[in-house]
Formats: sequence, C-alpha cells, structure tokens
Amino acid sequence: MSVAPRMAGKRICICTGSGGVGKTTTAAAVALGLAARGRRVAVVTIDPARRLASSLGLEQLDNEPRLVEPARFAGQGLELRGELWAMMLDAKRTFDELIELLAPDAGTRDEILANRIYQELSSAVAGSQEFTAVAKLYELDASGRFDTIVLDTPPSRNALDFLEAPQRLTGFLEGRALRVLTAPTGAAAAIAARGGALALSALRRVTGADLLADLSTFFGVLGGVSDGFAERARAVATLLRDPATTFLIVTSPEPAPVAEAVFFHRRLLEAGMPFGGLVVNRVRVLARKPQGIDEAALASDLGGDGDLAARALQALSDLRALARRDAASMRLLRAELDDGHPIVVPQLDRDVSDAAGLLAVQRYLFAPQRKRSALLAEQAF
Amino acid sequence: MVTGKGGVGKSTVAAALGLAAARQGLRTIVVEVAARDDVSRMLDPSAAGAQGGPAPAHVERAVSPGLDHVSIDPQGAMEDYLHRQLPVGALAALLSRSRIFTTLAAATPGMRELLTIGKVWELAQPERRAPRGERPYDLVVLDAPATGHALAMLRAPSTFASVARVGPIARQGRAIADFLGDRRQTAVLAVSTAEEMPVSETLELRGQVQEQLGMDLSLVLVNALVAHGFSERDERALVAAPPSPARRAALFSAAWTRHQRAQLARLRRGLPGVALLTLPFVFGSALDAAALDGLSRELEL
Repeated sequence: MSVAPRMAGKRICICTGSGGVGKTTTAAAVALGLAARGRRVAVVTIDPARRLASSLGLEQLDNEPRLVEPARFAGQGLELRGELWAMMLDAKRTFDELIELLAPDAGTRDEILANRIYQELSSAVAGSQEFTAVAKLYELDASGRFDTIVLDTPPSRNALDFLEAPQRLTGFLEGRALRVLTAPTGAAAAIAARGGALALSALRRVTGADLLADLSTFFGVLGGVSDGFAERARAVATLLRDPATTFLIVTSPEPAPVAEAVFFHRRLLEAGMPFGGLVVNRVRVLARKPQGIDEAALASDLGGDGDLAARALQALSDLRALARRDAASMRLLRAELDDGHPIVVPQLDRDVSDAAGLLAVQRYLFAPQRKRSALLAEQAF
Repeated sequence: MVTGKGGVGKSTVAAALGLAAARQGLRTIVVEVAARDDVSRMLDPSAAGAQGGPAPAHVERAVSPGLDHVSIDPQGAMEDYLHRQLPVGALAALLSRSRIFTTLAAATPGMRELLTIGKVWELAQPERRAPRGERPYDLVVLDAPATGHALAMLRAPSTFASVARVGPIARQGRAIADFLGDRRQTAVLAVSTAEEMPVSETLELRGQVQEQLGMDLSLVLVNALVAHGFSERDERALVAAPPSPARRAALFSAAWTRHQRAQLARLRRGLPGVALLTLPFVFGSALDAAALDGLSRELEL
C-alpha cells in the first residue's frame, strides 16, 4: 500500500525513527505528495539540511509556516493542486510563545522568561525540542488552517524520547513534589511528618543551597502556568492517540535503525498510538531473478577492457551483497511490524535534498503498488 | 568524545577506537549512554542481550583483552554521585529513593546530561577506585549522542556551575568543565560520512564546539567511503556499453564515489587545520568481528 491510502482521513502524520535515516526528507516528501493531491498541508521540520530547507524555500527560521512556491515543483513536472506550507521549528521561540500564552499575567511571564534555568531549558536541553514539537503540532492543528500536518521528529538518538519527553516535564509540573518544594513554609511540616526533612537536607548538601533556591524559584514561577501546561499535555496526549493521527516509522535497512524501528513499533502499540506504516529508505534492491554474468561478453562490450570488466563485476557483487543484507532486514521488518507492504525507497545515486530529489522520493512513496514494483525493478541489481 | 550526525557510524567508530587503543596497551573503556548497547553488541555479541534484550546498564564489563564497556544510565549515575557526595551510605540510599529528589532530578533541565557526563568524567579520573581493584583507565571512549545532544551534554557542567555558583554542584561542574576543556585530557572526534547532510552538520559542529565549548575538533573520521575506482574514461566506456546488471552496478558505484569525493572535498575545505581520516565502506554481509577488527587497524596509523 502506498502512502496515499494510508493518509486517507488523517489530519496528523508523525514521521519517527532514529537519526540519519531520512526522516526529514520523508516528511517533506509525504507533505509534497499530499499537497500535489489537493490537500492543504503543513510540514514542520526540525533542523533540516540547508539544501532541503532551501528546496522548500525555508530561508529564514521564523517559526511560522510559509507557503512553498508551487513553481518550485511545477518546473519539475509536479503540479500542486493543494497547498504546501513549510516551517522550521524554533524550540526556544515555541517555548516562549507557550509561556506567553499560558502565563496568568505579564509579571509571571517576564519572571519566567528571565529565569536562567528556564533559558537553558528552553533553548538547548534534550527534551525541549520534543516538547515544543508537540506543542507546535497542537497549535497548528487547533488553528484549523490545514487539512494535514506532517511532523518531522527531533534527531533523538532514541526515538522514544519523543514520546516520553513531554511527560517528563509536565509530569513534574503536575506532581506533588513540586508543591512540596515550592511552598517551603507549609510544606516543611508536611515533609517532616513523612520523614522527608532528612531527604531535603541531604538534597541541600548535594546540590548546594543556591541551586536549590534557583530551582525552587524556577519551578515556583512555572507553577503559575502549570495548570495550563497540564491541560495542554493532556490535550496533546489525546491528540497523539486520535484516530486521525498516524505515525509513520522511518528507517534505513541498517541493523541499528531496524532494531530501533522494531522496538519503537512495539512501544507505539503499547502506548495506544496509531501505527500508519513503515518507510524504508536507502534500500539496495535485489533483482527478482539476478542475471548470471558472462565476464568475457562484458569485457568485449567494454571494448576489450578486461580490467574494467573485472572491476564492474566487483561492484555488482558488492552491491548484491548489500542488497541481500537489506533484503534480510526487510524480511525482519515485515515480520516484526506486521506490515506486509512496507514502502521501499531505493538508495538513489544522487542527492535527495534538492527539489528534484524530493520529487523522486515522493514518487516512490505515492506510486500505486504495480507502478512502485516497476520503479523499484529499475533500480534493482 | 565521539560524536556526529545520527546514522554515520559513531558506535562503530567508538568500538574500533576502543579495540585499537587496547591493542596498543592502553587500558580502555568504551562508554555508551541513554541505555544504548550497540557497541557492546558489536564487541561481544555473545554476552549482550542474547535474547535481544539490552545488556545490564551501569556495569563495567570486560568485552575483550584490555577493553571494558559500560552503558551509563542517569539513575545509576545519580546513585553513584550521591554515594560519593554523602559519606553516610544510608543517607545516599534514602535520597536516591526519595520522591522529591527523583522527580526533581528527572525534571531539572540538563540534569540527566550532567549526571551522565559526570560519570564519564569519573571513569577518566586516574585516582578512581576501579570496582575489581584493577588499574584505572588510560582512555575513556565515549560513544556520545548525536551532535545537538552531545553539545548539550558537554555544556551541562559549565551551565550548572554558573547557575549554582557555589556548593558541590558548582564545584564539580567547574572541575568537569575544566577537564573537558583541557586539550591534553579531552579530544572531540567527529564522525561523518561523505554525504551532504552529515558534512554540513560536521562543519556546523566545529563552529559550535569552538563557540560554545571553547574547544576544537581534534579529528574528523569520514566513514564508509566507497572506492571501486572508476575513472572518467571508465565511465565513458561503461555508458557506451549495452545495458547489463554489471554496467548498472558500476555506473551506480561511480556516481556514488563521485558524489562522495565532492562532499569529502567540501569537508576538507571547510575544516582547515583539522586532521581528517577516512574509513572504507564495509561491503560484507554484516559488520562482524573481523570487519570491526579491520576498521580498528585502519585507525592505528
């Protein structure tokens, strides 16, 4: 099954997988294909390669979707019947905007934005990209401006971070521990009653009183927005499990990403989130019936250059070895992910991060079954 | 510190480096983070998760002569840290079980990174007491996360030192930051492939390492270079020949090689003054022990 039927009735498509497997390109190509087929689509990318960004016209990072000029793709023979919007996520800005939205008053807002721990949290730390990505997703979906939003996920080494990071943060903000820590007067007695005073004094010893005070202030001011955060986190959690949401797991045929895809798929099902399909990029495709080789004939075809013929055969044998390795990965993935027809994008001998490359990937993603087999056969060894 | 864009072979390079160092007589440990165990699977397929499960976290384990492996998890690192900070073991145990503390540690931005890099630093200390009474490590090879997260991790100690200002975390944060910033002690290696995106990310990484950490890349390893060696003249002859699988494979490989050469040249131009090593693409049926050993010998030059 191609991407098109998998996206029927879907408002949100989340592309996930481990780093370096072509997630961003896949997300952009999915969005491109949907826009070509008439939808108003926004693709939210995270840290795309410069050429991919410029192939979409994302010259500046302003955290708002921009309409991609249809002419970019019309020139390559693809007409966009719908609209393609694209944006690069600015984690810090998304976080700031969320604080501005949720803060009860200007004073609280300014205090949070000026807090040093907040500044570090919102700009750099692992987890903030994940958190802001879903926050942005929620905002764009709620705006009603788009038929479909395609989200590229952050380059976490472990794709699961994406599902867990929002909870790590919001879980704490909702939790009792926060209230204990941020209300020292009333809480001291309460902790002492539970034998917690010792823990708190030990805590002071390992963190230093200053850091603890800074943290208390940080969590204290954030407390002003914690109800808003908690509500938002619940809404996002619901959205991720919505029948109109789908997760595409993106992988390459290399062993480590494959293992991660298998693991992630299991966790996705456990978490009750909808799995929409598997995209395997950069596959070296093995021909159905690999032809036998006549070295002498090859050499004569090459003007009698026997050395060149030998090297060509070496290349073929190397690439076939890779193709066999990839075929084994595909078998494993089919069995483990219960997806009989994963979408295969062959390794192309060109760069895929320009407009023509995106179009090429889009073709493999959206071609109907028979056409796809023919396309793949052209690339087979 | 071995870092680079996701998917370029950081774990493979870290494992190969570990093997090469151990062979030269350095007592070495390869460290993985975030409960990953790709390296231990490579180095010791028999022991690591025979049933597909992960190797036990936070246990220093010999994987080959002179080479240990550990997979750091933040919880274990936190318990280690508490035991070092609090002379009374019972107090440390109490704290590590305390809900206030665990939630605080889990939610404090950068705490996981700090605890992890703190453990790496601890492994590298010459005066550390090794678990089995063995001599301390001469070399710690960190299979670090991908570039963005690796930078956040390397920055964590100085961030905490400046936020906390005084107290144990400030003191230790500064000690770790000084150690990381000392070129005699710490080297940052970037792994890349000769492809558009990894090359761009490696070039950006250098700027970030310089600006944010006051350090520089010590070495860039370009992994998975294909070299079937087709000249332009070869390509013309191939193009002129009638279609065949061998012709297709050769032209594919030639285009691939050309693309890689261009990207390698771009990388070299963008990294004046940084040493650059290349590693060959491994075409075997899988990256087995022999292939890994071969790569480690390439690194011994």
